[in-house]
Parts: sequence; C-alpha cells; structure tokens
Amino acid sequence: MSSVPTAPLASPADPSQVEAAPIAQPMSGFRESLHFALRNKKLLFGLSMTSALLLIAIIGPFLAQHGPLDYGGKLSIAPTTKGGYWLGTTLQGQDVFAQFVTGLRLAFIVGALGGGIAAVIGMVVGFTAGYRAGWVDEVLNMLTNVVLVIPTFALLLVIAAYLQVRGILMEAVFIGITSWPWAARALRAQTFSLVSRDFVDMARLSGRSSRKIIFKEIAPNMSSYLFMMFILLFGGAILIAATLDFIGLGPSNTISLGQMMQLSVQNAALQLHLWWWFLPPGLAITALVGSLYVMNVGLDEVFNPKLRDM
Amino acid sequence: MLRLDNVSKTYRVGSFGRSRLTAVRDVSFELREGEVFSLIGESGSGKSTIGRMILRLLQPTTGSITYGGADVASLHRGALKEYYRNVQGVFQDPFSSYNPIFKADRIFNMVHTEFFPEVSKDEWRHRLHDALESVSLNPEDVLHKYPHQLSGGQLQRLLIARALLLDIKYLVADEIISMLDASTRIDVLNLLADLKERGLGILFITHDLSLGNYISDTTVILRRGSIVEMGETAKVFGDPRHPYTQMLLASVPRLHAKWNGGAQTRDLPDPAEVPALIEIESGHLAAL
Amino acid sequence: MALRVEDLRVYYRTLAGDVKALDGVTFDVADGEIMGLAGESGCGKSTLAKSLIRLDGRMRHVGGKVVLDGKELPIWDDSAMNAFRFRDVSIVPQYAMSALNPIRKIGRMIHELLRARGVDARAAHQELERRLDLVGLDKGVLDLYPIELSGGMKQRVVMVISTLLDPSLLIADEITSALDVSTQRAVAETLVEFRDRGLVKSMIFVTHDIGVLYQVADTILVMYAGKLAEKAPAEEIVSNPRHPYTRLLVSSLPEVGVRYEQRQLSGIPGRPPHLLDPPTGCRFRDRCPLATARCAEEPPWVEEGGRGIACWEAKPAAAVAARVPVEAR
Repeated sequence: MSSVPTAPLASPADPSQVEAAPIAQPMSGFRESLHFALRNKKLLFGLSMTSALLLIAIIGPFLAQHGPLDYGGKLSIAPTTKGGYWLGTTLQGQDVFAQFVTGLRLAFIVGALGGGIAAVIGMVVGFTAGYRAGWVDEVLNMLTNVVLVIPTFALLLVIAAYLQVRGILMEAVFIGITSWPWAARALRAQTFSLVSRDFVDMARLSGRSSRKIIFKEIAPNMSSYLFMMFILLFGGAILIAATLDFIGLGPSNTISLGQMMQLSVQNAALQLHLWWWFLPPGLAITALVGSLYVMNVGLDEVFNPKLRDM
Repeated sequence: MLRLDNVSKTYRVGSFGRSRLTAVRDVSFELREGEVFSLIGESGSGKSTIGRMILRLLQPTTGSITYGGADVASLHRGALKEYYRNVQGVFQDPFSSYNPIFKADRIFNMVHTEFFPEVSKDEWRHRLHDALESVSLNPEDVLHKYPHQLSGGQLQRLLIARALLLDIKYLVADEIISMLDASTRIDVLNLLADLKERGLGILFITHDLSLGNYISDTTVILRRGSIVEMGETAKVFGDPRHPYTQMLLASVPRLHAKWNGGAQTRDLPDPAEVPALIEIESGHLAAL
Repeated sequence: MALRVEDLRVYYRTLAGDVKALDGVTFDVADGEIMGLAGESGCGKSTLAKSLIRLDGRMRHVGGKVVLDGKELPIWDDSAMNAFRFRDVSIVPQYAMSALNPIRKIGRMIHELLRARGVDARAAHQELERRLDLVGLDKGVLDLYPIELSGGMKQRVVMVISTLLDPSLLIADEITSALDVSTQRAVAETLVEFRDRGLVKSMIFVTHDIGVLYQVADTILVMYAGKLAEKAPAEEIVSNPRHPYTRLLVSSLPEVGVRYEQRQLSGIPGRPPHLLDPPTGCRFRDRCPLATARCAEEPPWVEEGGRGIACWEAKPAAAVAARVPVEAR
C-alpha cells in the first residue's frame, strides 16, 4: 500500500504498464496492514519487549523503596530481598534498583522528547524542501548539511562548560536539534517522489493551498514511513543520550542508565565483580534500542508488500 | 477564449544552471469553445509543457497566456480558483491521478468543499449522479471504491466527470487514453467528441496521429518545442507540407497499408531553426 | 519446426490463490516466421513470452511443454534454462532501456555479459561492430554510458546484445511500446532485418499494437484472458477476422483517415474476467454479442488451413460478418 513508485515516463506509455495485475488484491489499506502486523514475528517480539520495558519504567519507581540518589544502604551488597535492595547497592551504598528504574524512565522520556523534536524539525525541513524545491530547497539543504557536520560533542562540551546545572530536558532538546538532518534528507527524497505524481497536481487544480496539500495529500501517503522514522529517532536518541551520559556530559541532577554505567566503570565495578551495577543498565539499553529496531524491521515488512514472504 | 501568444519555456540545466533547455519555443494559437484542438508531437516536443502552462502548473518564461483577456500567469488565490472553474485538466496515468490511500470519490469531495461549500449534501449527490451519468458511469459501480478496485477507463471517466461538475469551458486532456486498453480507448474518445458537441473546448494532447485525426477539428504538429504545421485536421493530414509531418504520417502503422518510403529522420531540417509559419492555404499553415 | 508449444499452463501463486495467467496454449512457430502475439492487458501474452525463457521467478509451470528445434526446454527449472538462454532462446524484455546498467559503459557491459556466457569477447567484438552498423548505430556507442543514448538507440543496443549469439528464437516483449512513432518504425523494421539476414531463425513479437504487427509480422496470434482466441496470417486477422473478440478489437482501432463524424467506432463493453477464478466455458462469453447457451462449454482450439480459432459460433464466416460488422475502410 505504501510502496512509492518512480516518476512517470516522459515518452508515450502503453496500457500494459497500468492495467495488468496478475496478483490479486484481497483487502485494502489498514485492514491489510493489520492482517500482516499480527503475523509478523519481528514486530510482535519487538513490540512486546518494548512494552515490557515501558511497564517497568512506569511502575518501577513506585515500587522502589529508596530514592535513586539516597545514600544509606550497606556498601556494594549483591542483589538481595533484605531492605528492598533487589538489585543490590553501589560502591557508595545507593540502591541500584531505584537507579535502574529511574534511569529506564528517563530513557523513555529522552527518547520521546529528543526523538519527537528531531522528528518535527526533520518533517518541517524535509517536507518544505521536497515540496517547494528551487532555492528554498537549496537553502534548506545547506542548513541540513551545516547541522550534519557540526561536531556535536564539541558543541556539547562548550554548552556544558557554561551551564552549571543540566537537566534531562536540556539533554533531550540538544539531541533533538542535532539529530534531525538524516530524517530531513530522507523525507525530502520521499516528498520529491510523491510531488511528481499527478494527484498532487489534481489537488492544485482543485484550488488546494500548498499547506493543505502537504498535510492532507503527501503526509498521509507517507504515514507508515513517518511512523518508522519516529521509532528510529526514538531509539537513536536513547543511544545518543546513553553515550553522552557515559562520557560525563549527562544531566547533573539525576541518574540515568548511561550515568550508571559511567559511575560503575569509574568505580572499577568490573574489577570488583559488582556485576549488578553495570549489567542491568547495559542490558536495558541494548534490549530497549534493539527491540525498537527489530520492531522497525518488522513494520517495514508489514508496510512494504515486496518484502513479505509469500 | 483561451489564447497563447509567443509563449516560450526555457529551463536552466547543468551545473550552476549554465546551459539552457528550450522546451517550448514561440508558440501561439487560440482555443475556442466547442472545438477539439490537437497538439501532436513526439516525446520532447513540449506538448505536455504547454498543457501544464495553460493549467497554471508551470509559468511561461516569455509570452502570455490569456483567458478572456486576463493574463493567466498573474492570477493568484481567488482569481486562480475562478480560473479553475473554467479550465481543468486530466492527465495520462489514471492511477497516479488518485491518492492511493483514499477512496476514488474523494476527488469529488475536494471539489465540493473547495468550490461549492454552500451546496447541500443532497443537492451535491444529485449533481454528482448527473455528472456520472453524462460520462456513462453507473454510480453504484464506481462510488465508495478505492482506485485500485477500478479500471483505468473508469478512473479517467471519473476525472472527466469531476471536471464537468465545475461546468468548465475548456478541458486539457494530456494523453488521457494512451494508458488504456484499445477496447476502452475508443469509448473515452467518443465521450470527448460528445462533450465537444455540447460546447466544451478540448485541448487534446497526444503522440498518436490516428487519435488526433479521429476527433480533432484543428491540429498542431509540434517538433522540439516549435510549431511546424498547423490548421484544419483534414488539411494537415490530407496534404502535409512540412517534411516532419510527412515523416510522422509515413511512420504511423496502418491497418491496411504497409510502410512504404517516407522521409528518413536524417533528411529533416534542423529542429532548432524553425522559420515563421506561412499560410499555405486558408486554414493551413506550415513553417517552411 | 522451430518452436512447438503444447498446452502450456503457467500460474502465478498469490495469497488469495492461483492466478491462471496462462491456461492451456498450443501453437507452432516455423523457421523464418515472425509471429505477433497480440491482446490487451491481462490476456497472458507477457506471461507466455517470459515463461518461454523463464524470466520471472513468481511463475509456476503447471503443465504443458515447449520444444525448440527438437529439444524440450526445461522451463520449470531456472538454472537448467541457463544453458539455453541467450544461445537458443533470447528475449528483449519490456523496458529493455532501463535494463542497461547506468554506471557501466555499453562496451564494458557487453564484454562482461559475453564473458559470463563463456564467449570470447575479443572474437565477438568484430561481429558486434558489424551488428551495430546493421542497426544504424555508430560503433562509438560502445564508449558511451546509457544515459547518453536516446530511447530508440538504447532499444537497438539491447536488440543487438540479445541476438549476438544468433539465437534460434527471439522474443521481443513490447519493444516498441514506449517509443515515438518514428523510432517505433525503425525498431520494428530492424526486427525484420534480423530475420531476413538469418541472424535469428524465428521471432515472437509481443505487443498490444495490432497496427505494428500488421506491418512486420507474418502471423498474428490473438489472446484473451489466458487463452488463445484466434491465429491467422497478419493480413487475414486485419481484413477478415473471424473470432468475435478479434472483430470487435480490430473495429475499435482508429486509423488515419477515419473521423468521428464519418463513422463512430465503438469499443467492447465490460472488462476481461479476473484470472483468480475465471468463469467456466468461453471466457469472452459475458462480452460477446454472439454468445449462446453452448458457450457455457469451453470451445476447443481448432486449426485448419493455416488459421486457428477457439469459438463455437465462428462458422459460417458470412453469418459472423453479418452480426459483428467490421466496416470497410
């Protein structure tokens, strides 16, 4: 349903291009997608894994018996039910479980916010460049290229030097405004191929304004693509946040999964065999981002009939 | 009356836009209501470009297109919408003309909301059924269906019905039947001829000379953006004077005569240098 | 006897079931014959063309056999067919122009192709240049990229490549459909030239354009909904068609010299049946002006005197002509 065809031939065409369809079309649109969605193993696996982690992220902090930054527990104890330290404690006596669920929640927040901001900017730039073409396209292309080559770490170091306190919001916004270029590029290309199709001209001939055409004709056609793109941006944002946190550029007023890993490495948790400190956050990040990507591959198969095994 | 005066369209191509591509070169003609006017040319002749300029999807580089005296290129918003109540188009690929994720009759809803918002739903349904009938379509067969559930012929007719709902004076038909099967082509063609007799002015763009000969009153032969011959269809086809027209006619595969001679493409005059049109006889001009 | 096809059945497997694209087709093509395969979309002509060389992996060979020069072609086996492709049977596929690798110069692409087929590229080079000259192309074309050639030139290059090893059978699948009328003529005449010089023994020219077939083909085979409708010499099909579908089809074609005011042509109402679950009996029944109760049983393919037809009502010829008039031009 969402396979985007190439631009029409410039030379005279023939009927056999259009009318011949030896493959039957049993269902249409949404119902067809749903049919395949429920049978796609990758999609189901990815979705259930992500949902499980989301559940932990939502409920977990309510179950934790200690605050994530609270000191007070015995130092470096292994996971135990005594005192509610289900994932043990850190070298400084903090509750690993509390940190873990807080970090997981923050991961989802950063993913949604950072990915969301990147998606919005990417859509605005991509749609406008693809629809308007001409010099608008040139200018937006230049902007995209500039943002693409900005050394984000260097920029972040500079920002970090200025700001004493950095929150998760700041991190999400930063990720959002630096990771949109590839999305804009991809959307621009897709928009180009759709704009050349005659139904866009038909909408123009019906007196539709450009804005309406983009939102009502072009975007709905790319809905599956936009959905998948958002998932990629979501996962990407989580990874970038984890990396930034790991090298110490994360939020300064809370604890995230990346920061847990950073602290555990700093405190030689590996050598001290404190596996409960670095293993859960590492696995969680891997599981979360991995399942998002697997879900995306499954979605691609659902939306693109050519990838399905018949 | 729709008029083109010395219309040209050039594109900038190449790196930094250094070289120029002339798609349409100094074209002038007049469309009248109740007449089928054919633009015949091969690929690269500029015929589609002319159609799109008339539909205001492209702007001419020089020259003017006027409708009832007003310059089409300078119309905006409200005035442009008024223009679209009088001039509409149908394109070559029926399946590309519909947004595949929506039902086919959405094109009628668009016309309803954009042009006739004051018309009630019942009244609109009435008008819609009348329009479908005038293109020989049964409403039950075509409404509430997705484009891929309908045939190319039905889709093209729906687009013509849409244009009729606007009560247009001129229709630009850009290769509208070349993607249809032979057995349905002729029905859509007959429909166009029927509409012409009811007063519609049609710009029939095609590469197929037999089709042009079948329904058009006036024929224009385009070559690389310039008009090489123009006039009443019977005169242009019956007594072609320009070597290019002669070559085209000789290359058409006929059903009862084999190919026999006709000018080689090598012997034709240079396409970039086209002399002005001179009158061969009344109603027949050629660039010789 | 160059090619003999017997009761060939090829289906496409889909989620909803088997689409019976080609449902029992029998015909011969003699040495030196150009046979035109005509019909509208969905009739099975492209399926037939591609199945003879097994070009499409979605097809399933369900029955029938194909014999070329006395040898049976293993058209159900993709790798076994490799030995026959290019040497015995060759195809110029639809959209051949887009079949040229855009980042390879033409000459280099041909060399790679020949090497892959186990042919000494240098020995073939001279012959290659001779053939290019034959189709009116300068041998400098070998140093160009595909994008630098026009549509007609690309089509001719592909034709030269496909016939380089002098195949016994050449299948041309809609090679003129996307071309301008002047190049169409040049390309169609090139096909005839190949046959006349003995570079190719016999040809099957698949197209929906009966006009072009009349110009170059010796016989025309008309298909409808996966089955054969009629076969006759080209002249006969156009001036004296017997199958009602052929008659209606021929009479719906506009020609230069025929105008709407003089005589209104008409099309064929309705649509071909969907091949997922085709109706029993004659498949043209629902749209045929001659249909009777007998048509509920499938008419057999009857060949006599160089003509073949599958229709109960086709005789006597005079009666058909009276009820389905094809006006004299």
